[in-house]
Amino acid sequence: MKDRDYLNDISEIKTMMSRSSRFMSLSGLSGILAGIYALVAATYAHFRIAEVSAYTANSNAGKAIGRFLLSYDAIGDLMLAALLTLALALLTGAFFTIKKAKKRNEQLWNPISKRLLFNFAVPLVAGGLFCLVLLQYEFIGLVAPTTLIFYGLALLNASKFTVGDIKYLGLANLMIGLVATQFIGFGIYFWALGFGIFHIIYGIILYNKYDK
Amino acid sequence: MKNIIQHINKAFDHRVRLGIMSILMVNEYADFNMLKELLGATDGNIASHTKALEKEAYIKVKKSFINRKPNTRYSTTTAGREAFSKHIEALEKLINP
Repeated sequence: MKDRDYLNDISEIKTMMSRSSRFMSLSGLSGILAGIYALVAATYAHFRIAEVSAYTANSNAGKAIGRFLLSYDAIGDLMLAALLTLALALLTGAFFTIKKAKKRNEQLWNPISKRLLFNFAVPLVAGGLFCLVLLQYEFIGLVAPTTLIFYGLALLNASKFTVGDIKYLGLANLMIGLVATQFIGFGIYFWALGFGIFHIIYGIILYNKYDK
Repeated sequence: MKNIIQHINKAFDHRVRLGIMSILMVNEYADFNMLKELLGATDGNIASHTKALEKEAYIKVKKSFINRKPNTRYSTTTAGREAFSKHIEALEKLINP
Protein backbone atom coordinates (compact mmCIF):
# COMPACT_ATOMS: atom_id res chain seq x y z
CA MET A 1 0.00 0.00 0.00
CA LYS A 2 1.13 3.53 -0.56
CA ASP A 3 0.43 4.76 2.93
CA ARG A 4 2.89 7.57 2.68
CA ASP A 5 1.05 9.12 -0.23
CA TYR A 6 -2.19 9.22 1.72
CA LEU A 7 -0.48 10.85 4.66
CA ASN A 8 0.95 13.38 2.26
CA ASP A 9 -2.51 14.00 0.82
CA ILE A 10 -3.95 14.71 4.24
CA SER A 11 -1.23 17.18 5.14
CA GLU A 12 -1.61 18.83 1.74
CA ILE A 13 -5.35 19.24 2.35
CA LYS A 14 -4.71 20.78 5.78
CA THR A 15 -2.09 23.21 4.52
CA MET A 16 -4.25 24.35 1.64
CA MET A 17 -7.29 24.82 3.84
CA SER A 18 -5.46 27.01 6.31
CA ARG A 19 -3.30 28.85 3.78
CA SER A 20 -6.32 29.73 1.66
CA SER A 21 -8.51 30.93 4.49
CA ARG A 22 -6.21 32.42 7.12
CA PHE A 23 -3.76 35.26 6.97
CA MET A 24 -0.61 34.12 8.72
CA SER A 25 1.60 37.17 8.79
CA LEU A 26 0.24 39.20 11.70
CA SER A 27 3.18 40.25 13.79
CA GLY A 28 3.48 39.68 17.52
CA LEU A 29 6.06 42.40 17.92
CA SER A 30 3.64 45.05 16.68
CA GLY A 31 1.14 43.87 19.30
CA ILE A 32 3.70 44.45 22.05
CA LEU A 33 4.59 47.90 20.70
CA ALA A 34 0.92 48.88 20.33
CA GLY A 35 0.42 47.91 23.97
CA ILE A 36 3.34 50.08 25.04
CA TYR A 37 2.01 53.09 23.11
CA ALA A 38 -1.36 52.60 24.80
CA LEU A 39 0.24 52.54 28.24
CA VAL A 40 2.18 55.73 27.50
CA ALA A 41 -1.01 57.41 26.27
CA ALA A 42 -2.96 56.22 29.31
CA THR A 43 -0.27 57.58 31.64
CA TYR A 44 -0.45 60.94 29.87
CA ALA A 45 -4.24 60.87 30.14
CA HIS A 46 -4.04 60.02 33.84
CA PHE A 47 -1.87 63.07 34.60
CA ARG A 48 -3.89 65.33 32.35
CA ILE A 49 -7.08 64.39 34.17
CA ALA A 50 -5.41 64.69 37.58
CA GLU A 51 -4.25 68.19 36.62
CA VAL A 52 -7.74 69.29 35.69
CA SER A 53 -9.36 67.79 38.77
CA ALA A 54 -6.73 69.40 41.03
CA TYR A 55 -7.50 72.76 39.46
CA THR A 56 -11.21 72.15 39.81
CA ALA A 57 -10.93 71.21 43.48
CA ASN A 58 -8.76 74.16 44.47
CA SER A 59 -10.87 77.11 43.59
CA ASN A 60 -14.48 78.06 43.39
CA ALA A 61 -14.01 79.46 39.95
CA GLY A 62 -12.27 76.22 39.06
CA LYS A 63 -15.22 74.27 40.32
CA ALA A 64 -17.56 76.29 38.22
CA ILE A 65 -15.62 75.90 35.05
CA GLY A 66 -14.22 72.47 35.86
CA ARG A 67 -16.84 70.69 33.89
CA PHE A 68 -16.31 73.04 31.03
CA LEU A 69 -12.54 72.46 31.14
CA LEU A 70 -12.84 68.72 31.28
CA SER A 71 -15.33 68.55 28.49
CA TYR A 72 -13.58 70.88 26.05
CA ASP A 73 -9.92 71.39 26.81
CA ALA A 74 -8.94 68.04 28.33
CA ILE A 75 -11.31 65.93 26.27
CA GLY A 76 -9.83 67.44 23.13
CA ASP A 77 -6.30 66.61 24.30
CA LEU A 78 -7.30 63.12 25.36
CA MET A 79 -9.00 62.42 22.06
CA LEU A 80 -5.96 63.66 20.19
CA ALA A 81 -3.78 61.37 22.30
CA ALA A 82 -6.09 58.43 21.64
CA LEU A 83 -6.14 59.06 17.88
CA LEU A 84 -2.38 59.50 17.80
CA THR A 85 -1.94 56.21 19.65
CA LEU A 86 -4.29 54.48 17.23
CA ALA A 87 -2.46 55.89 14.20
CA LEU A 88 0.94 54.94 15.61
CA ALA A 89 -0.27 51.43 16.47
CA LEU A 90 -1.74 50.94 12.99
CA LEU A 91 1.45 52.17 11.30
CA THR A 92 3.60 49.89 13.43
CA GLY A 93 1.25 47.00 12.75
CA ALA A 94 1.33 47.63 9.00
CA PHE A 95 5.12 47.95 8.98
CA PHE A 96 5.80 44.68 10.79
CA THR A 97 3.07 42.81 8.93
CA ILE A 98 4.50 43.85 5.55
CA LYS A 99 7.93 42.78 6.72
CA LYS A 100 6.71 39.44 7.97
CA ALA A 101 4.62 38.76 4.87
CA LYS A 102 7.69 39.37 2.72
CA LYS A 103 9.74 37.01 4.84
CA ARG A 104 7.07 34.31 4.75
CA ASN A 105 6.50 34.83 1.05
CA GLU A 106 2.84 35.45 1.68
CA GLN A 107 1.15 37.97 -0.56
CA LEU A 108 0.14 40.96 1.51
CA TRP A 109 -2.89 42.00 -0.48
CA ASN A 110 -4.65 38.72 -1.16
CA PRO A 111 -8.32 37.78 -0.88
CA ILE A 112 -7.75 36.57 2.69
CA SER A 113 -6.10 39.71 4.00
CA LYS A 114 -8.85 41.73 2.30
CA ARG A 115 -11.51 39.71 4.09
CA LEU A 116 -9.57 40.02 7.34
CA LEU A 117 -9.38 43.78 7.03
CA PHE A 118 -13.02 44.14 5.99
CA ASN A 119 -14.29 42.04 8.88
CA PHE A 120 -12.09 43.93 11.31
CA ALA A 121 -12.96 47.36 9.98
CA VAL A 122 -16.76 47.11 9.94
CA PRO A 123 -17.36 46.76 13.71
CA LEU A 124 -14.50 49.16 14.41
CA VAL A 125 -15.84 51.95 12.19
CA ALA A 126 -19.37 51.38 13.52
CA GLY A 127 -17.97 51.66 17.05
CA GLY A 128 -16.04 54.80 16.19
CA LEU A 129 -19.12 56.47 14.79
CA PHE A 130 -21.15 55.38 17.79
CA CYS A 131 -18.54 56.98 20.07
CA LEU A 132 -18.93 60.25 18.17
CA VAL A 133 -22.66 60.01 18.88
CA LEU A 134 -21.91 59.46 22.58
CA LEU A 135 -19.76 62.58 22.54
CA GLN A 136 -22.51 64.46 20.74
CA TYR A 137 -24.96 63.67 23.55
CA GLU A 138 -22.22 64.10 26.17
CA PHE A 139 -22.26 60.53 27.43
CA ILE A 140 -18.52 60.92 27.82
CA GLY A 141 -18.19 58.29 30.51
CA LEU A 142 -19.42 55.61 28.13
CA VAL A 143 -16.84 56.33 25.44
CA ALA A 144 -14.05 54.21 26.92
CA PRO A 145 -16.22 51.11 27.55
CA THR A 146 -17.73 51.46 24.08
CA THR A 147 -14.35 51.55 22.34
CA LEU A 148 -13.31 48.41 24.21
CA ILE A 149 -16.54 46.58 23.39
CA PHE A 150 -16.44 47.38 19.68
CA TYR A 151 -12.71 46.71 19.46
CA GLY A 152 -13.32 43.30 21.06
CA LEU A 153 -16.09 42.55 18.57
CA ALA A 154 -13.86 43.65 15.68
CA LEU A 155 -11.10 41.30 16.81
CA LEU A 156 -13.53 38.46 17.30
CA ASN A 157 -14.86 39.00 13.79
CA ALA A 158 -11.37 39.16 12.29
CA SER A 159 -10.24 36.05 14.16
CA LYS A 160 -11.95 33.81 11.62
CA PHE A 161 -9.41 34.88 9.04
CA THR A 162 -6.15 34.59 10.89
CA VAL A 163 -4.46 32.29 13.36
CA GLY A 164 -6.20 31.47 16.63
CA ASP A 165 -5.29 33.61 19.58
CA ILE A 166 -6.67 36.94 18.43
CA LYS A 167 -10.10 35.55 19.38
CA TYR A 168 -9.15 35.54 23.06
CA LEU A 169 -7.80 39.09 22.87
CA GLY A 170 -11.18 40.06 21.42
CA LEU A 171 -13.16 38.25 24.10
CA ALA A 172 -11.02 39.75 26.87
CA ASN A 173 -11.50 43.28 25.53
CA LEU A 174 -15.23 42.72 25.09
CA MET A 175 -15.51 41.52 28.68
CA ILE A 176 -13.61 44.36 30.34
CA GLY A 177 -15.51 46.78 28.11
CA LEU A 178 -18.75 45.53 29.61
CA VAL A 179 -17.31 45.60 33.12
CA ALA A 180 -16.09 49.16 32.51
CA THR A 181 -19.68 50.32 31.91
CA GLN A 182 -20.21 49.82 35.65
CA PHE A 183 -17.19 51.94 36.62
CA ILE A 184 -17.75 55.21 34.82
CA GLY A 185 -14.89 57.61 35.42
CA PHE A 186 -12.27 54.88 35.49
CA GLY A 187 -12.29 54.55 31.72
CA ILE A 188 -8.61 55.17 31.18
CA TYR A 189 -7.60 52.42 33.58
CA PHE A 190 -9.70 49.94 31.64
CA TRP A 191 -8.17 51.35 28.48
CA ALA A 192 -4.70 50.82 29.88
CA LEU A 193 -5.66 47.24 30.74
CA GLY A 194 -7.38 46.42 27.43
CA PHE A 195 -5.31 48.27 24.87
CA GLY A 196 -2.09 48.21 26.90
CA ILE A 197 -1.58 45.15 29.08
CA PHE A 198 -3.72 42.73 27.02
CA HIS A 199 -1.94 43.73 23.81
CA ILE A 200 1.45 43.20 25.35
CA ILE A 201 0.48 39.75 26.67
CA TYR A 202 -1.08 38.81 23.33
CA GLY A 203 1.96 40.12 21.44
CA ILE A 204 4.34 38.09 23.58
CA ILE A 205 2.26 34.91 23.09
CA LEU A 206 2.04 35.49 19.33
CA TYR A 207 5.74 36.28 19.10
CA ASN A 208 6.75 33.12 20.96
CA LYS A 209 4.40 30.96 18.95
CA TYR A 210 4.85 32.18 15.39
CA ASP A 211 7.66 34.69 15.05
CA LYS A 212 10.57 32.77 16.51
CA MET B 1 -10.38 -2.82 3.32
CA LYS B 2 -12.15 -3.04 0.01
CA ASN B 3 -14.90 -0.80 1.33
CA ILE B 4 -12.50 1.94 2.23
CA ILE B 5 -10.72 1.88 -1.09
CA GLN B 6 -14.06 2.32 -2.79
CA HIS B 7 -14.37 5.73 -1.20
CA ILE B 8 -10.96 6.86 -2.35
CA ASN B 9 -12.11 9.03 -5.17
CA LYS B 10 -10.12 8.87 -8.39
CA ALA B 11 -11.27 12.36 -9.28
CA PHE B 12 -9.19 13.74 -6.38
CA ASP B 13 -6.16 11.62 -7.09
CA HIS B 14 -3.86 14.46 -7.99
CA ARG B 15 -2.09 17.11 -5.95
CA VAL B 16 -3.60 20.05 -7.83
CA ARG B 17 -7.17 18.70 -7.75
CA LEU B 18 -6.81 17.91 -4.08
CA GLY B 19 -5.57 21.46 -3.54
CA ILE B 20 -8.38 23.03 -5.53
CA MET B 21 -11.00 21.11 -3.55
CA SER B 22 -9.34 21.91 -0.21
CA ILE B 23 -9.30 25.61 -1.01
CA LEU B 24 -12.90 25.63 -2.19
CA MET B 25 -14.11 23.69 0.85
CA VAL B 26 -13.15 26.52 3.21
CA ASN B 27 -13.82 29.46 0.91
CA GLU B 28 -17.10 30.66 -0.53
CA TYR B 29 -15.33 30.95 -3.86
CA ALA B 30 -11.85 31.36 -5.30
CA ASP B 31 -10.82 32.90 -8.58
CA PHE B 32 -8.38 31.52 -11.09
CA ASN B 33 -5.43 33.59 -9.92
CA MET B 34 -5.96 32.74 -6.27
CA LEU B 35 -5.87 29.03 -7.09
CA LYS B 36 -2.80 29.56 -9.25
CA GLU B 37 -0.91 31.45 -6.56
CA LEU B 38 -1.83 29.14 -3.71
CA LEU B 39 -1.04 25.96 -5.60
CA GLY B 40 1.97 27.26 -7.48
CA ALA B 41 0.77 25.68 -10.71
CA THR B 42 0.71 26.89 -14.31
CA ASP B 43 -2.33 28.36 -16.09
CA GLY B 44 -2.76 25.26 -18.24
CA ASN B 45 -2.46 23.00 -15.24
CA ILE B 46 -5.15 24.80 -13.24
CA ALA B 47 -7.39 25.05 -16.31
CA SER B 48 -7.30 21.35 -17.10
CA HIS B 49 -7.82 20.25 -13.49
CA THR B 50 -10.69 22.64 -12.86
CA LYS B 51 -12.24 21.41 -16.10
CA ALA B 52 -11.96 17.81 -14.91
CA LEU B 53 -13.61 18.67 -11.57
CA GLU B 54 -16.30 20.65 -13.36
CA LYS B 55 -17.02 17.67 -15.59
CA GLU B 56 -17.63 15.56 -12.46
CA ALA B 57 -20.01 18.32 -11.30
CA TYR B 58 -17.92 18.79 -8.14
CA ILE B 59 -17.30 22.46 -8.78
CA LYS B 60 -19.21 25.30 -10.39
CA VAL B 61 -17.67 27.91 -12.65
CA LYS B 62 -18.87 31.46 -12.96
CA LYS B 63 -17.33 33.74 -15.54
CA SER B 64 -17.67 37.48 -15.34
CA PHE B 65 -15.82 40.71 -16.03
CA ILE B 66 -14.17 42.84 -13.40
CA ASN B 67 -12.95 46.15 -14.82
CA ARG B 68 -13.31 44.67 -18.28
CA LYS B 69 -10.96 41.85 -17.43
CA PRO B 70 -12.34 38.33 -17.56
CA ASN B 71 -12.61 36.77 -14.12
CA THR B 72 -13.39 33.15 -13.42
CA ARG B 73 -14.74 32.16 -10.04
CA TYR B 74 -14.92 28.61 -8.79
CA SER B 75 -17.02 27.21 -5.98
CA THR B 76 -18.01 23.73 -4.80
CA THR B 77 -21.30 22.02 -5.53
CA THR B 78 -23.15 20.05 -2.87
CA ALA B 79 -22.14 16.84 -4.60
CA GLY B 80 -18.53 18.03 -4.59
CA ARG B 81 -18.57 18.77 -0.86
CA GLU B 82 -20.04 15.36 -0.08
CA ALA B 83 -17.62 13.52 -2.32
CA PHE B 84 -14.63 15.36 -0.91
CA SER B 85 -15.70 14.79 2.71
CA LYS B 86 -16.01 11.07 1.96
CA HIS B 87 -12.61 11.16 0.34
CA ILE B 88 -11.02 12.75 3.40
CA GLU B 89 -12.73 10.23 5.69
CA ALA B 90 -11.43 7.38 3.57
CA LEU B 91 -7.91 8.81 3.65
CA GLU B 92 -8.03 9.15 7.41
CA LYS B 93 -9.27 5.58 7.82
CA LEU B 94 -6.46 4.29 5.64
CA ILE B 95 -3.89 6.02 7.80
CA ASN B 96 -5.54 5.20 11.14
CA PRO B 97 -7.58 2.04 10.58
